[in-house]
Amino acid sequence: MNIHSQHKIDYLLYLADTALILGQRLGEWCGHGPVLEQDIAMTNISLDYIGRSRLLYQYIATLTESDEDRLAFLRDEREFKNVLLAEHPNVDFAYTVARQFLLEAFHFPYYSELKNSSDLQLAAIAEKTVKETAYHLKWSAEWMIRLGDGTEISHQKIQTALNELWSFTGELFDPADYETFMLQESIAPDLNSINKSWKEKVQQVISEATLTMPENQWMQSGGKQGIHTEAMGFILTEMQYMQRSYPGLTW
Amino acid sequence: MLRIDLEGHFQEKIDREERIEAKDWMPEAYRKTLIRQISQHAHSEIVGMLPEGNWISRAPSLKRKAILLAKIQDEAGHGLYLYSACETLGIDRDELLNELHTGKAKYSSIFNYPALTWADMGAIGWLVDGAAIMNQIPLCRTSYGPYSRAMIRICKEESFHQRQGYEIMLTLSRGSTVQKNMAQDALNRWWWPSIMMFGPNDSDSTHSAQSIKWKIKRFSNDELRQRFIDMTVPQAELIGLKIPDPDLKWNEERKSYDFGKINWDEFWNVVKGNGPCNKQRLRDRVKAHEDGAWVRDAAVAYAEKKRSGRVN
Repeated sequence: MNIHSQHKIDYLLYLADTALILGQRLGEWCGHGPVLEQDIAMTNISLDYIGRSRLLYQYIATLTESDEDRLAFLRDEREFKNVLLAEHPNVDFAYTVARQFLLEAFHFPYYSELKNSSDLQLAAIAEKTVKETAYHLKWSAEWMIRLGDGTEISHQKIQTALNELWSFTGELFDPADYETFMLQESIAPDLNSINKSWKEKVQQVISEATLTMPENQWMQSGGKQGIHTEAMGFILTEMQYMQRSYPGLTW
Repeated sequence: MLRIDLEGHFQEKIDREERIEAKDWMPEAYRKTLIRQISQHAHSEIVGMLPEGNWISRAPSLKRKAILLAKIQDEAGHGLYLYSACETLGIDRDELLNELHTGKAKYSSIFNYPALTWADMGAIGWLVDGAAIMNQIPLCRTSYGPYSRAMIRICKEESFHQRQGYEIMLTLSRGSTVQKNMAQDALNRWWWPSIMMFGPNDSDSTHSAQSIKWKIKRFSNDELRQRFIDMTVPQAELIGLKIPDPDLKWNEERKSYDFGKINWDEFWNVVKGNGPCNKQRLRDRVKAHEDGAWVRDAAVAYAEKKRSGRVN
């Protein structure tokens, strides 16, 4: 395999893994949401992310002679390239909303740009993704505002979540080698322009939510290179359990 | 005298197969029976999310994970329609949830059994949703309008779930020995609880006669149970699974299956709270509700600020 195709596969894995792991996390809420309507909303978003990961894995499978389930269930932790923010535990509804908002504010401009990718397959996936993302962004921004400007307790909880998760946002804009390569090929978008849109949106919502912008701080990274948090091993243990226990079967 | 006329008029309307609507006069006992039945049904939908939700994180393929998520999401949606239908009878969702959380209201006992293997996702869809449909199809014609309309939508989705569940069992039965055994084991554990879902024998059912007169119910527990068994036995045979009942045999005269004695002690024990998961299920529901209190409070506080114009 030449270096170009390896970069492309790594890049697609980064997108697919981020979608799958976030979908897996959101799915944990199913049946345990704070109110039935929001239980449904989170399951819905989870379902969109699982669907997105499948489109991307299926595409990768055509380039690697693999299949979507082998990619999802039979790779090891160090091979997963999702951002750390996606694997962060749900903790509570405030952390879940803040994690979702920070990622959606990134995904919306990101996939909007990706629609112009020179890779037509990826552009088509982005076309579909952008529509869902508009809804996810609306949902998560509304909850940021509702919690921020709700009660004292909710204000404090969402501010705490935002402050803690902030250190995982730097990674979104810190390109891995494969992203730089893909930018040169006009396959991936330019992270500088995405960063600008992201900041504007985040500032606008934080202000409307009567919250305070977190201070500049040390940013965590590693996910894009396969170096994850301790949470990741447990996610994969559960997610891959069936395929690992009963190899080679059809379900 | 007036009351007697109202009741007479009400019963005539039911006998003419006209629907009773939220604003129509209805006997207090009819209203209470419906609140009990619809809320039980709504609670069953949301408690029923738990045993399956338990397998979302472990589903064996991405396709199965997506199907399972969508299915459980449908159940949450059914819970919503049913709570709304119940609210038309003059009781709000908070009160209904409080009754669930304090153990005053019941939900289907089937969800007090554990979902132990992936095959249980098949067995639950095939048998539990299958039995639920058998109960629910007649409810599409139930006399209370909002309930019957909710049931029409629910039944369409349930029959889809049943086919999905059966398809999981079919795939397992065509698979390796381990998979076949997994499917048979799930059938062994879910069969009897599923046929208990139709409730006690007609002779022991306390609410049946009046409900049939009011056309809330259209068929008796035993009639529906027999129909379910007659439908399900050939489905099991088709995929090479054995129904765990040594007394099961075709009765040519009745054109129906005879079946073994149901363990009603077990049934009543689970109803009374002694099933393997009663405490766990209720604890999970109460915890979700309590953990979510600050979120609901925040939403209310924000909406009030909006209304009073303090927020632009």
